[in-house]
Amino acid sequence: MVEFAGYELPVQYKGVIAEARAVREGAGMFDVSHMARLRFNGPQALAFLEWVTTNDVSKLGPGSGQYSLLPNAKGGTVDDIILYRTGDEEFKMVVNAANHQKDLAHLRALLKEGVALDDTTESTAMIAVQGPGAVDLVAQLSDQAERAREAPFFGAFDARVAGVPCFLARSGYTGEDGYEIQCPADKAESLWQRLAEAGAVPCGLGARDTLRVEAGLPLYGHELTDDLSPIAAGLGWVVSKTKEFLGSGPINAARTAGTPAKLQGIRLDSKRVAQPGTAVSVNGGQVGTVSSGAYSPLLDSGIAFAFLESGVALETPCEVDFRGKPEPGKVVAKRFFKRQ
Amino acid sequence: MNVPSDLHYTKSHEWVRLEGDTATIGITDHAQSELGDIVFVDLPTPGRALQAGDTFGSVESVKTVSDIYSPVAGEVIEANEALGAQSELVNADPYGSGWLVKVKVAGPPEGLLDAEGYQALLG
Repeated sequence: MVEFAGYELPVQYKGVIAEARAVREGAGMFDVSHMARLRFNGPQALAFLEWVTTNDVSKLGPGSGQYSLLPNAKGGTVDDIILYRTGDEEFKMVVNAANHQKDLAHLRALLKEGVALDDTTESTAMIAVQGPGAVDLVAQLSDQAERAREAPFFGAFDARVAGVPCFLARSGYTGEDGYEIQCPADKAESLWQRLAEAGAVPCGLGARDTLRVEAGLPLYGHELTDDLSPIAAGLGWVVSKTKEFLGSGPINAARTAGTPAKLQGIRLDSKRVAQPGTAVSVNGGQVGTVSSGAYSPLLDSGIAFAFLESGVALETPCEVDFRGKPEPGKVVAKRFFKRQ
Repeated sequence: MNVPSDLHYTKSHEWVRLEGDTATIGITDHAQSELGDIVFVDLPTPGRALQAGDTFGSVESVKTVSDIYSPVAGEVIEANEALGAQSELVNADPYGSGWLVKVKVAGPPEGLLDAEGYQALLG
């Protein structure tokens, strides 16, 4: 167990590799209750969220969600989030545990009349069920099996799972299909047990990190920070080109001018796990810095994200520093895994 | 946790098997369990002289990197080449095929724990 943003969380149950494989081959589940859950409602909720997030909230119909960012005024990122629209004037937002209080302070400072913001983190829990077998597993325990099977990616709706009233969102952080299930906090343990009995393999933080790196997904604090442009992290696709929002000037300028470094993938020849902050070199000269590293069970090799000078092309041979010793690899697309 | 009675141990979770003047060294079952899936082992080349307590290599797992300390003084005579391709042997068989190095000891080792002492350390 490790302490993470004030929560005790397991790094692993049976082992990081075994858990990562369980998610790629069947269904794994993660207790992600530490992620904070916020609710917005009121006649001005839509306009407020359009201003404080980068994606086009107007494109969200009730019962759907989108990946998005909370920008700051200087064009950096306060957090990356998922926003769901649950009604004409009602929205739910899931934010990172480590940024919970920072996000609340940021959002409350911008809050306008006509929008209410509630923090439901303590009263609810969240379990992510992920893998090729995850949707079917959740559907079988649900009172809305057909809807659970047919919902589009980021579709979101209320349903009972194992008798527990839940908010289901077809979403995740592993590159796999699955559901993120919000439920009342006092029902989380029994729901977890029922999911386990149905075959969902308990997975810890280690497997979660491995799977998100394989899937090319950023982690706040590593690929996104208050000072980095989301354009450098390759997240231009979640930044609206048409609306005005907090920080839209600097972010659009970065999109037009390009950023000095951009996020790339690195595949190592060995199985070693690159540490954040270590140097990446090409022909002996440093071209960037590792932001995240993992061992990929899928590729049986070390994989990493790194911010590299914009000129460094895919397939370029490179070296990653391991305590003074260079380890060979090559620059690759950062999405190491894509479910066909 | 498996703590074989015929081995000697360090507080830093290495084990030693003494046969004549050859010491075979590895990390304990407890150590491999705490480290998790091991993906790389950095070992010294034969011929290197070691003092007891010297860092002689490191073990990298999917969770962390950990230094390995020599329980004995002497000269490295062999490193476990098999770990280059199969570092997971350290997880699967820490007291057998997952051994790390063999050292020709300079004298009788000092300050090591017996199985009972190491078991007590683990609690």
